[in-house]
Amino acid sequence: MRYDTIVVGASAGGMQALRIILSTLPADFPMAVIIVLHIQSTSDGFLIDYLNSICEITVKEADEKEKIMPGIVYIAPANYHLQIEEDRTFSLSIDEHVNFSRPSIDVLFETAADVYNEKLIGVVLTGGNRDGSSGLKRIEESGGFTIIQDPETAIADSMPQSAIAQCKTARIVRIEEIGPLLIALSESYKADFICKAVK
Amino acid sequence: MKKGENEKIEIELLLQAILLKYGYDFRTYAKSSLKRRIMRRLSLSGIKTISEMQHRVLNDVNFFETLLLDFSINVTQMFRDPFFYKALREDIVPALRNQPAIKVWHAGCATGEEVYSMAILLKEEGLYNKSRIYATDFNEKVLKISKEGIYPIDRIKDYTRNYIQSGGRSSFADYYRARYDFVKMDSSLRKNVVFADHNLVTDSVFGEMDLIVCRNVLIYFNRELQNRVFKLFFDSLSDEGFLCLGSKETVKYSDLSDDFKAIAKGQRIYRKENHQTSKARIRDKKTQVKDEV
Ligand SMILES: C[S@@+](CC[C@H](N)C(=O)[O-])C[C@H]1O[C@@H](n2cnc3c(N)ncnc32)[C@H](O)[C@@H]1O
Repeated sequence: MRYDTIVVGASAGGMQALRIILSTLPADFPMAVIIVLHIQSTSDGFLIDYLNSICEITVKEADEKEKIMPGIVYIAPANYHLQIEEDRTFSLSIDEHVNFSRPSIDVLFETAADVYNEKLIGVVLTGGNRDGSSGLKRIEESGGFTIIQDPETAIADSMPQSAIAQCKTARIVRIEEIGPLLIALSESYKADFICKAVK
Repeated sequence: MKKGENEKIEIELLLQAILLKYGYDFRTYAKSSLKRRIMRRLSLSGIKTISEMQHRVLNDVNFFETLLLDFSINVTQMFRDPFFYKALREDIVPALRNQPAIKVWHAGCATGEEVYSMAILLKEEGLYNKSRIYATDFNEKVLKISKEGIYPIDRIKDYTRNYIQSGGRSSFADYYRARYDFVKMDSSLRKNVVFADHNLVTDSVFGEMDLIVCRNVLIYFNRELQNRVFKLFFDSLSDEGFLCLGSKETVKYSDLSDDFKAIAKGQRIYRKENHQTSKARIRDKKTQVKDEV
């Protein structure tokens, strides 16, 4: 398979965007999906219960030292940065906020780019800040595939706009088309086709 | 990726240099945090490469101390995660109440906020006088702040809210005196506290503890080092002693997952499982089954 992991960043309006994307993914989706959603500093598992109730694919909170497995959607816990280690496990940190955020999308994206290189897909969704832009650029530089939600379909457009300004080769995709694109990318022959089309 | 590969080697060499020169071993810390700290310091200090940083560390002890502070990430709060302290009151205090003496170890206590929180809790439960708290960290600078117990006043509002949520029985203002922009914690809270330098990577077992609190420290360690530290805690605990971890830390993925039993729902509070007795229990069960057959 061309790609094996997807990282996603979302902020304001992100709950709705995630619902649209994740509900299209089948239970046997062959990649891991790792998500940072900026939320309140306390979370009570509501988000995960809700997503599980509407998705076929399994959704869970990312645990410290947990091994990352395909076919699972992991959500960063509130109030910690989520990082990926070389042995493909998660690690957490409570150092200072990055882009006024913890978890920060850039932190996840940058550590993921270091580990997965060209096998990574990065997705920046709706949001009212600039988190995720430099992380997505880093994924681009490491040879990964980058997707930005079409700002016209975003509840808050500054996060996608800022990512567009930094990432030259990213595909700008309407919200309802992101899920189908991820599924297509998960099937290797189609992935090669799509990649060629982009270049 | 060539760039990533060289960077990795440079980081290994930097950590090796720190170990040889200053005796601090960061080689078994989780790499992504360390790397982020190194890159951040690199851009703040105007140093161009990690190799250059290695040279600087070897020749400039002040720079080393800055880096040590970077690596140790001392972020902390009083009554952080109030519901953890609530669970302490409800699930652990009753088990400690009948003991003649109570020994508590805060490993990685940072600037001490957690230690004062524990002292307040024990005081309110009427247990402080028979308690001894060992507060340790590997960073001398933060230990010094712990001992002084002086904190910026602008954090008191949050701490007061945490204190109330944690089930505090009195008024938080009873425990400190405000002076200018700072508060000084009441010295009676320090009476039974011993502050000491202790490095979880290299130092050994620490007395027969009834309760070990080590929160938000293990997230910075890799699995190998976590295993070492869980073993160290196991050996430092009295039979049926308690181990408290940060709200996102777990023994689940470690080699010692069977040696600690989770006891409080929603909190990472564990009780030491006595090997001998649990093995004996399994043996009993087996013979029982045989007898039945
Ligand atoms: C994020 S703070 C946690 C503070 C507090 N326990 C809390 O949860 O609020 C981590 C602390 O662990 C300490 N630490 C890191 N490595 C250590 C080691 N090898 N031995 C002892 N302490 C260590 C750091 O100096 C820092 O003060």
